[in-house]
Amino acid sequence: MRFPNFALNWPAAIALLLLLSSAPAHAGKTLDQIRQRAQLVCGVSTGVIGFSSADSQGRWNGLDVDVCRAIAAAVLNDPNKVKYVPLNAQQRFTALQSGEVDLLSRNTTWTLTRDASLGLHFTAITYHDGQGFLVPKKLKLTSAKQLKNAEICVQSGTTTEKNLSDYFKAQGIRIKPVVFEKFEASIKAFFSGRCQAYTTDASALAFIRAKEAPRPDDYAVLPELISKEPLGPVVRRGDDEWFAIVKWVIFALIEAEEYGVTQANLEQMKASGDPAIQRLLGTAEDSGKLLGLDRDWAARAVKAVGNYGEMFQRNVGDASPLKLRAALNALWSKGGRKVAVQAGRVRWA
Amino acid sequence: MNRVATTRAWLRRNLFSDVFSGLTTLLLLAGGVHWLPGLIDWVLLQAVFTPDAAACEAVDHAGACWGVVAEKYRFILFGRYPYAEQWRPLLATTLLLLVIVASGLRLLACGPLLAAWLLALPAFFVLMGGGYFGLTAVGSDLWGGLPLTLLLATMGMLLALPLAVLVALGRQSSLPLPRALCTVYVELVRGVPLISVLFLASFLFPIILPQGSSVDVLLRVQGGIVLFAAAYLSETIRGGLQAVPGGQHDAAAALGLGRWQAMRWIILPQALRAVIPSVMNSAVSIFKDTSLVTVVSLYELTGALSLALAGDAEWRSFHLEGYLFIGLIYWIGCYAMSRFSRTLELEGGLQRKSLQGLG
Repeated sequence: MRFPNFALNWPAAIALLLLLSSAPAHAGKTLDQIRQRAQLVCGVSTGVIGFSSADSQGRWNGLDVDVCRAIAAAVLNDPNKVKYVPLNAQQRFTALQSGEVDLLSRNTTWTLTRDASLGLHFTAITYHDGQGFLVPKKLKLTSAKQLKNAEICVQSGTTTEKNLSDYFKAQGIRIKPVVFEKFEASIKAFFSGRCQAYTTDASALAFIRAKEAPRPDDYAVLPELISKEPLGPVVRRGDDEWFAIVKWVIFALIEAEEYGVTQANLEQMKASGDPAIQRLLGTAEDSGKLLGLDRDWAARAVKAVGNYGEMFQRNVGDASPLKLRAALNALWSKGGRKVAVQAGRVRWA
Repeated sequence: MNRVATTRAWLRRNLFSDVFSGLTTLLLLAGGVHWLPGLIDWVLLQAVFTPDAAACEAVDHAGACWGVVAEKYRFILFGRYPYAEQWRPLLATTLLLLVIVASGLRLLACGPLLAAWLLALPAFFVLMGGGYFGLTAVGSDLWGGLPLTLLLATMGMLLALPLAVLVALGRQSSLPLPRALCTVYVELVRGVPLISVLFLASFLFPIILPQGSSVDVLLRVQGGIVLFAAAYLSETIRGGLQAVPGGQHDAAAALGLGRWQAMRWIILPQALRAVIPSVMNSAVSIFKDTSLVTVVSLYELTGALSLALAGDAEWRSFHLEGYLFIGLIYWIGCYAMSRFSRTLELEGGLQRKSLQGLG
């Protein structure tokens, strides 16, 4: 007996079926469910360094994981009350649609198609990525436009795959994508010479070159990024309250960075005279009431994971193996793209 | 002198009996001489056995990094099961393995064996799931690694086999309704790949159910595997039923046995014995195909391995060693099954001979 493993896109087919059965299957309030089971169920990746990965003891960490922890801290008063469900690129949306997870925090690119057609809401951007190329130096390439007729290794089920064909179609250059389902397979294939180039998010390329290449010096990252990849957490449609909570916890983390509120100085900051900080940390007005939370929600989130800048440094920045520079992910006031709609300055009274 | 002579005779007989086998021997020998030192060097001499990422990196793939197994074995073997509670899956797996081995080696008589199974299976579920005797409850979606692989394969086989016999009989039935039902079931389930059955069980099934009610994901997936395996097995068994000569039915009838008695004592034993190799083939297949449940976020051995390594900056580049480790586990399982199948066949053959002797 053999169980044939069809290449047919079953996840997509089933996602379609789910959409056709248009009645929202889980219309109950997500927040109530989370409180009732005293646990946030968070969809994460099956292992992306710096974003979500499990250590030898099964403890999860990473930027995306910290988002889950911050939300659990805000909602359940305990950042550890999270169950992580590792999902691969194909099954992630189905898992969210079917109610298996409350929140998808899994380096997922915000696109119009996904936002508008999958019954989902992207909440906010937690990381600005872009797609780049890794090539062997011996090919003497200096630009992606020289990749004419090249075979390019890429992982399937991602925007990476689509961007690749879009970019070269726009350039009028013919390339041959060589598609793999698993990251390991795609990377092994590239380094064994199956393809002339490897493409994925820039956040991963430098590390792949340093760690996975047989000889890092034989490989180079091409200068251009062919896409913008805004990554962020996703929730199901049909529960606006929950949508708002996820969105505002992320905004609060970014605002905390802006106001210089850190994990370490949180208690002193609570005594701050700055009205914006007072509103953020709930010392002056109860900013949690409108979200269905209590007044300390943002303070608890910051206490659990630090502000956005701290999360970045710890997981993907200098304090991590990835050593990424903030660049696009710096605050708007520091030349980056990180902007939060302001919790502190909104007046509701 | 004598020993040299016998050795030479043995060599000639076994390795150099003709030109072709002589050439094959030389070729294999040359291959061994060429590859073996490098292999031993990689597997043993240059290998790193301690869980020391820096040492592994220093060796730079010139030797195997078994340290990755030393570092990650608990994650690989038990998956996402809570770290502090992993003695439970260890105990549960050991229990289940003991019963399986005892069945395979025929260490127990029929009655005690049945009792052992009836004790081991509930013990397995209580240990894994908790909720009783002060054990904290652990949701079945957190079960992973070897216990999950074993559970899916064992239960898959245990439940699929009887179902398959029923379906095979149903397809041979003279009553139109059962026959049609069984045919439709077999053709439908066999017509789709396992991966789609798993997707349906995992994602679509909850949507179809009335709101509020939910069936455990592991149960749904296990059900999918059982239904799928049974569809294949039933065709194997139907083949066995058809291989039993018509004279056997007549002989049974002549002895005054009823339809079901004839089936139970005459036809089925012969039919099942005839298909032992194919059934074991299916068992091996199910054992390995359990790795497909990764697609519905249940992390058995294969899934747990990639989960353990994919996101770990220090160890990710040593997944070859990890795959060799679980490859070894799968191989041990499959080899044990084929040995078991072999002994069953031999026994069956012997019994038949002794019966003929009596006749």
